[in-house]
Amino acid sequence: MTQGGLKWRVSGGSGDGIDSTSQNFAKALMRAGLHVFTHRHYPSRIRGGHTYVEVRAQSTEVRSRGDGFNFLLALGDSFARNPDDEAYYGDEKLKPLYEHFDDLNEGGIIVYDTGVISEEEAQAVGLDEHAEENNWHVYPIDLRSIAREYGRDVMRNTAGVGVTAALVGIDTSYFEELIQEVMPGEMAEANIKTLQAAYEHAQELDQGHDIEVPEGEHDGEQALMSGSDAIAYASLDAGCRFISGYPMTPWTSAFTVMSQHLPNFGGISEQVEDEIAAAALALGASHAGVKSMSGSSGGGFALMSEPLGLAEMTETPVVLLEAMRAGPSTGMPTKSEQADLEFVLYTSQGDSCRVVFAPGNIQEAYEQTRQAFEYAYDYHLPAIIVYDQKLGGEMRNVPVDFFDREPDPDPGAVLTEDELAEAAHDAAGKFKRYAHDAEDGVNPRSVPGQKGGRFLATGNESMEVGHIAESPENRVIQMDRRMEKLDVIRADLDEGDSSNQTYHGPADAEYGILTWGSQQDTVFEAVDRLEARGSDVKALGVSDLMPYPEDEVRSFLESVEECLVVEMNATAQFRGLTQKELGQFGPRMTSLLKYDGEPFEPGEIVDGFEATIEDQEHPGGNMKIVPAAGD
Amino acid sequence: MTAFSAIHEEHESNQEEFTPGVEPQPTWCPGCGDFAVLKALKGAMPAVGRSPEEVLLVTGIGCSGKLSSYFESYGYHSIHGRSLPIARAAKLANPGLEVVAAGGDGDGYGIGGNHFMHTARENHDMTYIVFNNEIFGLTKGQTSPTSPKGHKSKTQPSGSAKDPVRPLTLSLASGASYVARTAATNPRQAQEILVEAIEHDGFAHIDFLTQCPTWNKDAKEYVPYTDIQQSDEYDFDVTDRREAADMMYEAETKLHEGEVLTGRFYQDSDRPSYGQEKRSTGEMPQEPLAERYYDEDVEWERAADELIARHT
Repeated sequence: MTQGGLKWRVSGGSGDGIDSTSQNFAKALMRAGLHVFTHRHYPSRIRGGHTYVEVRAQSTEVRSRGDGFNFLLALGDSFARNPDDEAYYGDEKLKPLYEHFDDLNEGGIIVYDTGVISEEEAQAVGLDEHAEENNWHVYPIDLRSIAREYGRDVMRNTAGVGVTAALVGIDTSYFEELIQEVMPGEMAEANIKTLQAAYEHAQELDQGHDIEVPEGEHDGEQALMSGSDAIAYASLDAGCRFISGYPMTPWTSAFTVMSQHLPNFGGISEQVEDEIAAAALALGASHAGVKSMSGSSGGGFALMSEPLGLAEMTETPVVLLEAMRAGPSTGMPTKSEQADLEFVLYTSQGDSCRVVFAPGNIQEAYEQTRQAFEYAYDYHLPAIIVYDQKLGGEMRNVPVDFFDREPDPDPGAVLTEDELAEAAHDAAGKFKRYAHDAEDGVNPRSVPGQKGGRFLATGNESMEVGHIAESPENRVIQMDRRMEKLDVIRADLDEGDSSNQTYHGPADAEYGILTWGSQQDTVFEAVDRLEARGSDVKALGVSDLMPYPEDEVRSFLESVEECLVVEMNATAQFRGLTQKELGQFGPRMTSLLKYDGEPFEPGEIVDGFEATIEDQEHPGGNMKIVPAAGD
Repeated sequence: MTAFSAIHEEHESNQEEFTPGVEPQPTWCPGCGDFAVLKALKGAMPAVGRSPEEVLLVTGIGCSGKLSSYFESYGYHSIHGRSLPIARAAKLANPGLEVVAAGGDGDGYGIGGNHFMHTARENHDMTYIVFNNEIFGLTKGQTSPTSPKGHKSKTQPSGSAKDPVRPLTLSLASGASYVARTAATNPRQAQEILVEAIEHDGFAHIDFLTQCPTWNKDAKEYVPYTDIQQSDEYDFDVTDRREAADMMYEAETKLHEGEVLTGRFYQDSDRPSYGQEKRSTGEMPQEPLAERYYDEDVEWERAADELIARHT
């Protein structure tokens, strides 16, 4: 068996069933006892256009997509529109083959469907030369004919899975079981026949390679889950029963999961005219007493700036999701980037008073989404989960036990009518919803329809019952009261037994790597490799972005000689935030940046660490180094 | 026992209850048409049997937005153009509330035009009052979406080259199921129309002509006005879309010729409200969603029980 287990990549055109094939493939391997991790790459198109998914499977926990891959199942693009390889976008039909030549590991396997890509065409794009150079094992197989004989043309993906199973030694019963679960009778039967025929065909072939699926066993039952799933399920468990939104990649995934399940959970989902409305609806429902959320990706979130500020000023609780993608503007809709950090922290006029979490992996996405609801509803402010195409779309196995949680129907800081009867009112009987004197800055609210609770919520600065007020004294008291909530939340986050910041590596290491959000587990894998080759390094993955975890990051930076800051943007936004919050460490932090749309691979971080901290060569690929202040 | 005991409680309210007992007094200019909206709303709520704490009044920004400051109820003075999405979600969250949204012509037909179109289309069970004074007042007299063509202002010094929005026609085409126009100078009709609008089960839109004596002297005071239901000159079926559309077109055109036609322009009492539609497809709970959070007997669903199996 090769060192990294199986890193299987299935490529084709949008519409060739790449997504469903890879999901079933990953699930089958998970059921077989392996740890799995998927990485999706797709264009912003409905039919045609090169798309692929990687499934990494090994017997121990998988933290990232790994470096490159060792098995390519190239289906070819059956929806290709452009047959000219001189064209701007190249020959679409062949891209699922030749675009993978750079990343396929030495000694890897290629299976391609000669029903779509002829052997002559494969030669014309240089398959033979590349294969010889890299010692690849190439299997041209007419998957389409096998599929046609036992089922239909479109089942060539199933045929490809059958061939894969035969070549690397996977028991096909896991696939057969899944096919029966997800497809109706006749179609399942045809697929299974196709699978078996392809399996038998491939068993006859020369097995000159050394790639084999390892054996594994899980401690308990596993669930194959994406970040978007985890965020949606956490929201449901947090008692959220209202979501409003407008479609936009990649936020749509979480919105879809919520929309499909909310009716069964007694809630409401609203797809509305634009993102201004989406966020405003969430405020309206929340104001009326329902735990509510909305969200979008960069461009749509920009439209939410107005209602976001209104939520801060009126102290209306709400949870918003921001699923980043490469910007500016429309940018690269289906590609990953972490360049909306400053935008999410500061968008909307006035001083920000919001909670922002950037989960580092799927479990953290669940935990921090639940926390976002708690803080939003206990402290009456907007709480934002900022994630990206990478975390939202990648799937991993998570122990089923992890989700064994109690739901949280608590509406937060709300008074009952009995409590309202005792609460402070003005001479005319209006409830002092925004009383100056409030514990921790929070005034428990009333909800429309309650007796004795009427007040005015307003986007203007206001006096205690909500009427517009512009006196300097009132202004300062109200601003200070609202801002105090962030200090209280920071103290609360620091007090708990567990931290949202995740540490990895030896505490006394000489060097550090600092990262935030979705790159975290890739960095951790890199740290393991660096340690294995003798580097003295540890890492910290930061999730709390506002209020910023000053103490934890300061301690981490104080404990290391030098620190590499890894993030997916061009202007080192997180490093800038860290310097602003801590007011020091400029000379200690060097940035490793990437903004080509593809998440870091662990090997790239290893290279980046060597190039900066260990002063070796400049890393290859599309990475950029921004030296520490003063360097 | 409900957590929201103000809702549908047997109650005899009067106009005084909807008047704030202490400051603030309205800051509108003397002679402003906005006073008439406030008065009509204060008169209409007791007439429909509602008390202040079961009413949610959501307003936008501008002179009209201050309505929620001078009307005693739960209020949400929101942002420019966005009163409708906030209001309609509150209604979905707790259908027991009497939800009214209000704003100016710039707010509703300009910056919030998209929300107006879609809220009407969805036919939410709520009332929307647009203070139409054909001008931006609070920002001191700029041309608005309903200002007549040729209207001169500091921002349109040579006169507006644009035809004005036709608010009634726009409302009908978008899907509002009750469309009326009234004027500040006709308080009796205004209150009657507001009562009908509030009682209507669907999206009721009132284009309320509110003269601006400070910045729009051209529009005078919207007198003399004609009530199209009272006049012998106009005979049309208020439930017929085509006849309503013709009547609206005529009223919108004549406004700029100095003839003020007011009254009910369209009413469809058969069309289900959005809440009814959504409940009938199972996409909205039968009981008010907000109640759930304050009822200890509710069993809360868990993702682990319902959803995790599909991932294993």
